[in-house]
Amino acid sequence: MSALSRVVRSGVGRRRVPTVVIGLVVMIAVTSAVLGASLMVASRDPFDRAFGQQRGAHLSAQFDAGAVTPAQLAASARADGVAASAGPFPTTQVTLREQRGRRLPPMAVVGRAAPDGAVDRPELTAGRWASAPGEIVLAVDPGRQGPPVPLGATWTLPDLPGTPTVTLVGKARSVSGTADAWVTPAQVAAWTTAGGPRGYQMLYRFRAAGTTAQVEAGRAAVAGAVPAGALTGAVSWLTTRRDATERTVLLVPFLIAFGVLGVVMAVFIVGNVIAGAISAATRRIGILKALGFTPAQVVRAYLGQALVPAGVGVAAGLGLGTVLTKPILNQTDRVYGTADSGVALGVHLVVAAGALLVVTVTAWAAAARAGRLRSVDALAVGRTPRPGRGRWAARWTARLPLPRPLTLGLAHPFARPLRSASVVAAIAFGAAAVTFAVGLSVSLNRIQEVEDVADVRVMPRFEGSREGPGGGPPPGGTPVGEEPPSLDGPAVVAALTAQPGTGDYVGLAQTEVTVPGVTGALDAVGVTGTNAGRYYRMVSGSWLTGPGQIVVATPFLTATGTRVGDTVTLTGRGVEIAVRIVGEAFNVDGDGMQVVTDLATLHAAEPDLAPATYFVTVRPGTDREAYATGLGEALRPAGADATTVSHEPDEMLLIIGTLTGLLSLMLVVVAGLGVLNVVVLETRERVHDLGVHKALGMTPRQMTAMVVASVVVTGLAGGAAGTAIGVAVQRAVLDAMAGGAGFALPASVTDAYRPVDLLLFGLGGLVIAVGGALLPAGWAARTRTAVALRTE
Amino acid sequence: MPEPLIEMREVSRRYDEGPPALHEVSLRVAPGESVAVLGPSGSGKSTLLNLLAGLDRPTAGTVTVDGVRVDQLGEAASARYRRARIGLVFQFFNLLDDLTVADNVMLPAQLAGMARGTAQRRAAELLGALGVDRHAGAYPGRLSGGERQRVAVARALMNRPALLLADEPTGALDTAAGADVRRLLAELHADGQTIILVTHDLVLAETCATRTVRLLDGRIADDTAAELVR
Repeated sequence: MSALSRVVRSGVGRRRVPTVVIGLVVMIAVTSAVLGASLMVASRDPFDRAFGQQRGAHLSAQFDAGAVTPAQLAASARADGVAASAGPFPTTQVTLREQRGRRLPPMAVVGRAAPDGAVDRPELTAGRWASAPGEIVLAVDPGRQGPPVPLGATWTLPDLPGTPTVTLVGKARSVSGTADAWVTPAQVAAWTTAGGPRGYQMLYRFRAAGTTAQVEAGRAAVAGAVPAGALTGAVSWLTTRRDATERTVLLVPFLIAFGVLGVVMAVFIVGNVIAGAISAATRRIGILKALGFTPAQVVRAYLGQALVPAGVGVAAGLGLGTVLTKPILNQTDRVYGTADSGVALGVHLVVAAGALLVVTVTAWAAAARAGRLRSVDALAVGRTPRPGRGRWAARWTARLPLPRPLTLGLAHPFARPLRSASVVAAIAFGAAAVTFAVGLSVSLNRIQEVEDVADVRVMPRFEGSREGPGGGPPPGGTPVGEEPPSLDGPAVVAALTAQPGTGDYVGLAQTEVTVPGVTGALDAVGVTGTNAGRYYRMVSGSWLTGPGQIVVATPFLTATGTRVGDTVTLTGRGVEIAVRIVGEAFNVDGDGMQVVTDLATLHAAEPDLAPATYFVTVRPGTDREAYATGLGEALRPAGADATTVSHEPDEMLLIIGTLTGLLSLMLVVVAGLGVLNVVVLETRERVHDLGVHKALGMTPRQMTAMVVASVVVTGLAGGAAGTAIGVAVQRAVLDAMAGGAGFALPASVTDAYRPVDLLLFGLGGLVIAVGGALLPAGWAARTRTAVALRTE
Repeated sequence: MPEPLIEMREVSRRYDEGPPALHEVSLRVAPGESVAVLGPSGSGKSTLLNLLAGLDRPTAGTVTVDGVRVDQLGEAASARYRRARIGLVFQFFNLLDDLTVADNVMLPAQLAGMARGTAQRRAAELLGALGVDRHAGAYPGRLSGGERQRVAVARALMNRPALLLADEPTGALDTAAGADVRRLLAELHADGQTIILVTHDLVLAETCATRTVRLLDGRIADDTAAELVR
């Protein structure tokens, strides 16, 4: 064995703390990088990937079973431009009733023998496909977890003769949103024979479907291939895509930000720890040089000492990262509707190579610097601080009215400012990461809070409605050519006013308008109610105070080149309405192009326009379920129904929460390890001084207090710096993310921190520092005085 | 003989598998005595000193100092014992370089909980008595060897210890400084301070000690007090 190998082996074996710290830090950094990189990969065009994976339908077409035969529908697959098709599948609409008696909103049920075929392959997320009468598979909504419905749950169909029962045997996800539920074709036939509404569904993929015009051309070709009037509705994949993109418009940049954070932190922290570990070995390097090692040999020796534990850390990190990433990827898959099986091999290779490269470069730089030192200087390093350094601090702290061990410890960091700076940096990384991650999570929750303002939703009591099972929008959105059914506004308002527990409510009526400078029609929402403003978060300007005003989102202002205070002309049904932009709201609906105005404004163009939906916020202490049931009964004569709005945590928030926790934990551990590394080094170097203290009567407790106090200043400084950095990064990332999506965020979303939060984050740096110092403090306290005094 | 300040009974100390550093050593020292412990390197002198200071524990036997069973003390109790009853003077002074002379001297008292003001007055008194008060605000690195050892003695006396343990106090000093420290220790003894000196310096032993104990291979080979008894 060469002298070099011997040095590397003894360095790795005997300097256990730096070796273990390098291994652990690299492992955690690699884990974090695998997680981050995997999220970045998973967040790349999620809808398009999911749509491709499931061979999504460019057009989901609904046909009148009385006007067309299955053979004619099968023949429509040869219509001009059709590349592939699936169907015809028999369809119907049913209403399920829970065992406790609650009726679910009507759902569109499709009869499919299997989730395969050339178009739309729903992915089973639980259970199995329906294979016998009485079995049903529910469509899962990608955006919401919803109340967990266990497999085996049963419902009755109260509107059918004999009140048949169905049992849940599986759950599936269709990116195309082609159904609320699936049963066997025979089951649909049985239900429709018994009186249910009948229809057929055909799913098409077109050779060209990138634009609305291309999809419309395909729809026309299909309509032309079947008897006139047979096509009763069709949903374009572009509509589905827009809805899905709205849901993930902020999630993708959030996850990318987390991914970047993981990777960047990994690079910085590995660099910091490796550089610290090498500089800690400077004295040993001096000894090696005194023995005849050349600078090149020194560099090779220390590269080897860093790469051995780093290699182990990389291997362990890849494994741990894969294990931890899997459930998070599963969550993102659920949100995106994708089906990525796990961490891509490319991620493994890039992360492993990147980590080893960072270790190599940092170790090389630090060892080269140490290797160039004159032996005598290197030998002088690492014993006692250079005379004079930090003495002002020792004099100053000695006057503090604190126990002497504490004042002695408080002065320590000033004796080695560079090393203390590395501790501050390690702690700052941890504090910044936690501050940033928590802030980002809080901001996201604030966005979600707007959606959670409403407790109850009032919609028309459907006869043949396609309302989803969770109270969500119809699958695929409102079918092409269909007007959303409206409510009897005065009757609903009367019921709401009379119903005990009603707080605020807002009625939403939707139509389309055009605006000069914008191609195509825009969604226009007319609002009416007691306090509609609370359902929107304002970025600038003010909420509507009357007709003739609109509130829009940033993309609208950008697209039209307008600002708050400007006047624009809306055109609806050929009628021009001059309106003033009074406010900018954070509103992702319609890709931020939606126009929100008082309902009375839109009445100028559509006098009959009435709300299709009311959202109600109940008074504090009101039972939402009981309120919805009571209101539903009161609304029955008006042809309306009330259902509770799910306040289940958004899946996106669960992902962010998981990531926040995981990433914060990892970075705090790494920061603590950085502190541990330095304090161990300090303790070793000061072991003689520690022995003197003990010989003079310092008790183990006083010794522990002194060592812990030695990281208080660095902990507070790191905590303060890290908190400031974390807040700045949170602001910058939020602005960049929102800006990338074309939105501006309201101050209530970006101002995520209260003063007390910032104080706690700052003190968190102290906690990290103390956590990292406790172990070496214990070693110092247990050091045998006689042995320590002999160390020189 | 009055009640002894130090009583060691059949004390042995063995490190690992080697021969014992001390082997069944028994020693009684009366208050006010000044004992020089002599012997070649490896004879057990420093081990004996460490056992008396509570820096180490015997493998067998008992060590009692000023009524305290030192061999039974835990880490915290031995620290408290040292700062209350023992003053330690080292060959290489062991002053803390990042503290001023005054802060070095005050440290044992402050560790014992003495208020800074009180400690300052006591330190000033000691530094004045030992002739190094002009260096109170200086750092040890600027002092000569003899001055540093005087500061170390001042620090050792800070808590008015019953027993002063000195390990080769002149070992790192030049002739003049060594003589200076010898005089200082002799004066302390004359004032009634009990002193145990571990040294190779026969002149120091003759100047300062009323009794000489010679160690050889971990055993007491010679004790002038025993000769007196005989």
